[in-house]
Parts: sequence; C-alpha cells; structure tokens
Amino acid sequence: MKIVDARGLSCPEPLMLTAEALKSGEGPVKVLVSEPHQRTNVEKYAKDHGKKAVTRETGSEFEIVIQ
Amino acid sequence: MNLSDSKAKLTFAGIVCGLVAACLAYFGNPANMAFCIACFVRDTAGALGMHSAAAVQYARPEIIGLICGSFLIAVVTKEYRSTAGSSPMIRFILGIVIMVGSLVFLGCPLRMVIRMSAGDLNAWVALVGFILGVCTGVLALKNGFSLGRSHEANAGSGAVLPALMAGILILAVATPLLKFSESGPGSMHAPLMISLIGGLIFGAFAQKSRMCFAGSIRDIVLMKNFDLICVIGGVFVVMLVYNVAMGKFVLGFNTPGVIAHSEFLWNILGMYAVGFAAVLAGGCPLRQLILAGQGSSDAAVTVLGLFVGAALCHNFGLAASGTALNAETQEIVAGAVPAAGKIACVICILVCFVIGFTNKRKQ
Repeated sequence: MKIVDARGLSCPEPLMLTAEALKSGEGPVKVLVSEPHQRTNVEKYAKDHGKKAVTRETGSEFEIVIQ
Repeated sequence: MNLSDSKAKLTFAGIVCGLVAACLAYFGNPANMAFCIACFVRDTAGALGMHSAAAVQYARPEIIGLICGSFLIAVVTKEYRSTAGSSPMIRFILGIVIMVGSLVFLGCPLRMVIRMSAGDLNAWVALVGFILGVCTGVLALKNGFSLGRSHEANAGSGAVLPALMAGILILAVATPLLKFSESGPGSMHAPLMISLIGGLIFGAFAQKSRMCFAGSIRDIVLMKNFDLICVIGGVFVVMLVYNVAMGKFVLGFNTPGVIAHSEFLWNILGMYAVGFAAVLAGGCPLRQLILAGQGSSDAAVTVLGLFVGAALCHNFGLAASGTALNAETQEIVAGAVPAAGKIACVICILVCFVIGFTNKRKQ
C-alpha cells in the first residue's frame, strides 16, 4: 500500500500529495495527516473522486485509507 | 459540528459571517470596511503604539474576538492542536508582505469582497491582481513549494496568541494605556460588546467552515474545487443586499468616503502581492488569525508579521491614502499610493518569488 505522509504540511499540500498518489497507481493509498481540517479535505477529495475512505484516529493524528 | 463538508453548509457559514459584517457596519464601523482584517490589525497595532498614525489607532475587538472565537470553538470541538516549526521566520516575512500589499490596495481580501459588494469598481480591478497572485502561488506549489512540516508543540504554545489578545482587551477596557483615535477611521467603530461578540461569532464560523479567500480561488485553479468559494459568495450576497437596502451601493471609481483610491496598477499589484503571499503562507489574513487561534504557532508568527507590517507601513509612509472630499472647496481629492509604498510593493513581490521558488518540499 502506498503511504502519503502529509503530517504537519500546510494546505493544500496534503491534497496535492494525495491526488498525486491516487493518479500514480491502482492500489489503495494510506494518507497520514495531523489536522482535523486536512482529514475532512482528504475524505471529501476521495468521495468526490468515487473512492471509499476509512479513517482511524491515532493519538492526535489521522490515518485515512483510500481505495 | 462540521461546516466544511458540503456547499450548502459553507454557504450558510458565509451568510452568517456576512450578517455579522453587515451588523458591524450598521452599528458604526467605517463605511465599506465593516470587517477588514488588515485595517483592524493596523488599528490595533496603532492602539499599542507600534505606529503613530493618529487616525488609525483603536484596539479592534473584532480581531480579539476572531482569534479567541477560533480558539474556543477549536477547544470545545477538540480541534485544538498546538503546533510549530514550519519555517516561522519565512512566515513572518509573508505576514509583512501581506500587510504591505493590503495597505497599498487599502484592504485585505475580505474587505476587497465587501468593497466589491458596495459597487466599488477599484475592488473589482484589484480582484484581477488577487487572482493573478493566487495563480502565481499555485505555480510555485506545482513546482514543489513547501515551508516544511510543523510539529506538535507544548500545549501552551498555541494558546499564547489568544491569551495576548485577551490581554489587549483587558488593557483597552480597564486601563488608559492604549491609544484611541479621536477622528478618522480609527474613531469609527461599533460598540465594544457588539464588536467583540461579532468577532467571536465570525471566528467560530470561520474556523468551522475553513473560510479562506486565497484558498477559495487556489482550490478552483488547482483542483477545480468550488466548495470554499461558496463561503465567499455568502458574504458577498449578504453585504450586497445590505448595501443596496441601506443606500450605500455606489457603482463607480473615485468614490469619496469609502477609503479607497483609483490607481489601477497599484490596486492590482497590491492585491497581487497579497494573493501570492497568502498562498505561500497557506491562507489569507483571516485564515492566519483563525489558524493561530486553533493552536498554530506558525500562523501566530504570520499574524505578528501582519502587526509589524502595519507598523512599517505607517512609520515609513508606505500606506495609500483614500479618495476624499475637501470639506471647504467640495472638491474630490484623489487618493494615491506614495512612492515609498510603490517601491515596497515591488520589493514584496520580488520577495514572494524568491520564497516561492527556492523553498522546495523535501522528498
């Protein structure tokens, strides 16, 4: 599974990296973010592009698997 | 509570913030300023004695309310994260650039939209510059621009700016230490409690909706995403209705009393600098205040840059003057950008290019 570590990056970098990862491969992508608004943005991006996103909270951070 | 996951909710947040701005204008804030981040930070810097422009000194409760409103809603909804460490001094410079550009144009992106809703065609001209600035920032992002990662900091670090803002409010209410304008824009304001409550509401809704003027255009250009522009649309429509209903809608250039000028090139370049710097900093001036409220020390440093930028603008004569009516002769005196302001604006744009194309994301 491809992992995108976008923790601590400013907007819109997490989305840009997520979009890049989704374009470059067919498999699922795991996105790591540290801010709640970035979690929402990534989840929404996945939904808007017909993908399923499952999020798990890990401490104060988020792990979103998109497939 | 999430106001950012649908266009309807985002539009609702924009309408609420527009209503707050309209109320503040109704209760006494300067014409077409209503709720301007750059102007109000500049006024607050003046109140603290950071500059001595007597007409623009007033500790604006709106700014205090915005930051504290964002802080409180972030704590309550468990979105408060104390973070720091993403190139703070570059962000400080970007804060200065944003303020210089704003005071060359005479308003932040929020005031640009408010001026647009009042028929001020100079603001529509400036919008061209703002969009071009955002597009240049997007180009830098596509080229790999990044200010690096922020990291978790001690919980108290993120609360420092909200605490300082609360301290300014206490100083303003309980001591004679702060300066207050006796005439000019700084003397025009809504009652303190209305301004403070308005700021708190605006701050809470802006935090939950992720309202960002630069981000809304950036998302359209970068990802064809029209979500954030809905918030801006809400603010624009409410202020348009208010201005028409109150007879304050005047279509034209060179309108006396709206604190604006008609130097097209500098309206464009001023907002170009703001749009470019805001994309590099990860958000417009309003968004910086909101991020600072929810715990980002990096955004707080950008806010400090806004304060220092305001002081530089007035101490070094960089800020533009607004078109005004001479009370004795009844002649219109055109507002203008001073030579020092033009030079500073060009330097700011060059600085943005250097920052935008030399800071790359580490692989």
